[in-house]
Amino acid sequence: MDFSYSYLVLVLPLVTFLFLGLMGTRLSRKTAGVVGTSMMGITAVIAYAISLAYFFGTDQGQIIEGIRQQIVAWDLTWLEFSEKLVIKIGFLLDPISAMMLIVITTVSFLVHLYSLGYMQDHNHEYEKGLQRYYAFLSLFSLSMLGLVVAPNIFQMYIFWELVGVSSYLLIGFYYTLPAAVSASKKAFIVTRFADLGFLVGILILSYFTQTFDFITLTSNPTAAIETAGGATFMGCSVMAWALTLIFMGGAGKSAMFPLHIWLPDAMEGPTPVSALIHAATMVVAGVFLIARMFPLYCMEEGTMTVITVIGAFTAFYAAAVACVQSDIKRVLAFSTISQIAFMVTSLGVARPELHEGVGYMASMFHLFTHAMFKALLFLCAGAIIHAVHSNEMSAMGGLRKYMPICNIAFLIGCLAIAGIPPFAGFFSKDEILVAAFEQHTFWGIWMMLVAGMTAFYMFRLYYKIFWWNNPDYGHHTPHDAPMTMSLPLIILSVVSIVAGLIPFGEFVSWNREAYHIHLNYTVAISSVAVAVVAILLATKLYLKENEAPAKMAKSFKGLWTAAYNRFYMDELYQFITHKIIFERVSRPLAWFDRQIVDGSLNSLANLANSASFAIRKLQSGSIQSYVYVYLIGVLLLAAITVICLI
Amino acid sequence: MDYSQFLNMPQEIGLLVVFLLVFLYDTFMSKKVQNALPVFTCVAFGLFTIANLFFAYEEGTIFGGMFETTQATVAIKAILNIGMLIVLIQSIKWANSEYMTVRRGEFYELLLITLFGMYFMISARHFLMFVIGLETASLPLAALIAFEKNRYESHEAAAKYMFTAIFSSAVFMMGLSFVYALSGSLYFSDIALSVMGEKSTMLIVALAFVIAGVGFKLSLVPFHLWTADVYQGAPTPVTGYLSVISKGSAAFGFMVILVQVFGSVYDMAWEWMLYALIVLTITLGNLFAIRQRNMKRFLAFSSVSQAGYIMLGIISANALGLGSLMYYVLVYVLSNLAAFGVIGAIENKTGKVMMADYNGLRSTNPWLSFAMMLAMFSLAGIPPFAGFFSKFFIFTSALSTGSVALYVLVLIALLNTIISLYYYLLVVKAMFINKPGEEGAIAPFKSACSERLAMIVCVLGIILVGIVSCIYSGLIEAAESSVTMFM
Repeated sequence: MDFSYSYLVLVLPLVTFLFLGLMGTRLSRKTAGVVGTSMMGITAVIAYAISLAYFFGTDQGQIIEGIRQQIVAWDLTWLEFSEKLVIKIGFLLDPISAMMLIVITTVSFLVHLYSLGYMQDHNHEYEKGLQRYYAFLSLFSLSMLGLVVAPNIFQMYIFWELVGVSSYLLIGFYYTLPAAVSASKKAFIVTRFADLGFLVGILILSYFTQTFDFITLTSNPTAAIETAGGATFMGCSVMAWALTLIFMGGAGKSAMFPLHIWLPDAMEGPTPVSALIHAATMVVAGVFLIARMFPLYCMEEGTMTVITVIGAFTAFYAAAVACVQSDIKRVLAFSTISQIAFMVTSLGVARPELHEGVGYMASMFHLFTHAMFKALLFLCAGAIIHAVHSNEMSAMGGLRKYMPICNIAFLIGCLAIAGIPPFAGFFSKDEILVAAFEQHTFWGIWMMLVAGMTAFYMFRLYYKIFWWNNPDYGHHTPHDAPMTMSLPLIILSVVSIVAGLIPFGEFVSWNREAYHIHLNYTVAISSVAVAVVAILLATKLYLKENEAPAKMAKSFKGLWTAAYNRFYMDELYQFITHKIIFERVSRPLAWFDRQIVDGSLNSLANLANSASFAIRKLQSGSIQSYVYVYLIGVLLLAAITVICLI
Repeated sequence: MDYSQFLNMPQEIGLLVVFLLVFLYDTFMSKKVQNALPVFTCVAFGLFTIANLFFAYEEGTIFGGMFETTQATVAIKAILNIGMLIVLIQSIKWANSEYMTVRRGEFYELLLITLFGMYFMISARHFLMFVIGLETASLPLAALIAFEKNRYESHEAAAKYMFTAIFSSAVFMMGLSFVYALSGSLYFSDIALSVMGEKSTMLIVALAFVIAGVGFKLSLVPFHLWTADVYQGAPTPVTGYLSVISKGSAAFGFMVILVQVFGSVYDMAWEWMLYALIVLTITLGNLFAIRQRNMKRFLAFSSVSQAGYIMLGIISANALGLGSLMYYVLVYVLSNLAAFGVIGAIENKTGKVMMADYNGLRSTNPWLSFAMMLAMFSLAGIPPFAGFFSKFFIFTSALSTGSVALYVLVLIALLNTIISLYYYLLVVKAMFINKPGEEGAIAPFKSACSERLAMIVCVLGIILVGIVSCIYSGLIEAAESSVTMFM
């Protein structure tokens, strides 16, 4: 099969970005939206064609002895440092990149479409700057697609940073709001800080293995580690350092504790952006990164333990915080952190020898289903916010009567994330729990507990929005969103119902061999039981307006306040950056910089200035003196050389 | 006589054909179509330049070994052609001014003749041929500098140029006579053999004279004093030509002489001379540039210090150095001509040439300011523009020799880039930050089509040459294939 046409997947969004960006306000807002959306639609069709041709193609060489081959559709050499160390731009097709193509283009297209409705005020005027908005969306789609198809870690890094930039631009879309500006800065700085680790990791890895190429690295990880020659640093092998540092980059993008602090704030961006970037695609880049280099990670047991512990802790932490938040987008943000932590944990506990590497498959499966149902939940949240003009739960309640489509869609999303069969989340989460139990019962029980919390806080959210009480909405009665917004909700609802039935393991597994999923009934039944109990608890507490939640909050006051303030993580960062780094480190450095560094440079500059003043006479304008200087110059040159050398 | 040997100089023949076409057009075409002469020249030369890039060349020698075509000479000539083409396009507007009507034919013919001379200087393998090339390139330039003969400054500049050129030629010939006395031949290869291991005062004096002679063309300190006056006085297209084409060809010829002829006495004689000249050139060029307020004088001193950077390629004395030198010349051609393009456009329109006149230019002429900013960034060596890569490669080539002295030299050059950053950014600051003076900023105007075309070519070059890595590797390859014959 010839996949050379796949370059279109990258070129089309790029062209759209350039077109919309350069035309700017010369296009009407509506035209920009329609152009952006339709170009994304075309990209999605091509991406589907590629993925389907990859998964179902029967050509020779695509599947050899039951193993799907990794295909480099095309690559261009960009820089050649040595024969081995070459930087290329290319297109790698393998199960996970083909799956990501589908996820990204689907969600991106639906978000493009949804935004056409969402980015209007109540007079049906398109918002100011819509051209810019669609240009950035295209840039984001380009970067994310470039990231997942990267055949080498360097290309991935380039697109990785581009993803960060477009996320920054989109979070700060409402650049007149101080909160949006500081949120975008926070997101950029925190992820950039994590990317520092990523970059150092890449440099160490490529220095010791002499390659950037994923296929070379992962097809024979033992050889790659042998090339590194067992070098160690501070008692750990350099490969462990490299992989842990690379994971740091992934943890930053995927908002793992303690680098998660940017994600809740990133909700200041437009809600469709949150759905696309901060729920479905960008935040799973870290998971994708580990999956991409999974065979290498398997070789370093220590790094895998770090990944597992961080993932499991983050899952619990974020779920605990999500239980008490009052802003619906924040709840969804913490839920996203928690769910991504599920995927990370799943990769952390995955081993090729444990149940044929079920953890890897489960992680990718959950990535896929989560992208769908979390995008659905965010888009619903967008519709709700659009209807009631507030993010706070206290402004909502009883919405089921006013917004029936949204109600059902949101309920489907909640059931999916809570892991109730036959919705999508059940199947993928179940596999993750199986993988966790395979590794150690402790992790299994831990993750099951977190799954229960997930069901609880999601239904708390659901009831608070759609049931609870009936506030007086005044003359602005909320109503369901227009078709451009409802259609994506309906599509994603359908997907969230059926996606779990896809025999995912047949397509994606750690060694790219078909993996047959069997439900583990013990795990499945107990996890469903936990979820149901959690949902019942939520029903009891939140179905009707009552005093019980407030009483509970009062009786666990300390815990409740701590969780509501996200266990003071932001304050801790504030303290570290402001009190310690700014006060104790930066201030002395600034003094040194001003007095010593600037001082010496200033005196150098003064020196240069006065020297330049002193020699100005040389340029007298009289030709006699020119020739005189010339001749003296020649003779001095000759004389000095003669004296020095002979 | 075997006339087929002339096929070994296809570029020279091509240039000659262009020259003849221009000459015939100028002489015999009717008055009505005379206005199209500049465009005709550009088209003819453009076709020649493009054909040049795709023509497969054979290496070989003619005139009994006095003239040689190698990959490297082909490459440097192609680079000069690109620069020449830009200069030609930039000059269309100026050449079509009323004042120039009767004389523009001469302008183009003289320009093409100087380029012809440079071709011979580049390919020469015999000092006589070299001198003929050098003089063919120098003398018509004096006429070109004096071209605006109603302007007093133009005269003065031509006189100064002429006089210094003659003087430096005399010094150069003096040096040659010493060389001839030492070796009894003027063939590069013969001299190379006979100076091997030579360790006499005479050789050193000869080298000092030869270096000074060529140093004049490159305006190395202290042989540079004519530069600022001439750049200021000459018509702007000629200044652009002087600063890039003339300098680029001289740099290549200089490297050939030093490495191919005197390569064996590198550490004996000329390394330290060149070392001193580089330090002086870069530093003094920078120090003088800081104080200039006239844009053309400013660029004159900037080009003095740029010449010092080019010399870093020579002092490395290897193929990497030659390749980096050619690459540096290419980038320098594009960046400097972009700057001269902007200056010329503004001068044509308003007659203003002082830096203070550029205050607030961004608000009135954003595109010109943008082009100028890119040119300044590239000249200062700010990534990701081409100037950064050319500086990087030329420093790499100097470091590749591994000698400690050259490490120090590169350090000095690096420190100097900081000074140069200051004055290049002064221009950017004037355009983007300074408030316009009492008369207000230069009013918005539409530059001529030709000027814009030239500027677009330069700007694209500044952005792309650094990124398209095959240009550099191609030049290195050409240099490597030729340098084996050097040493």
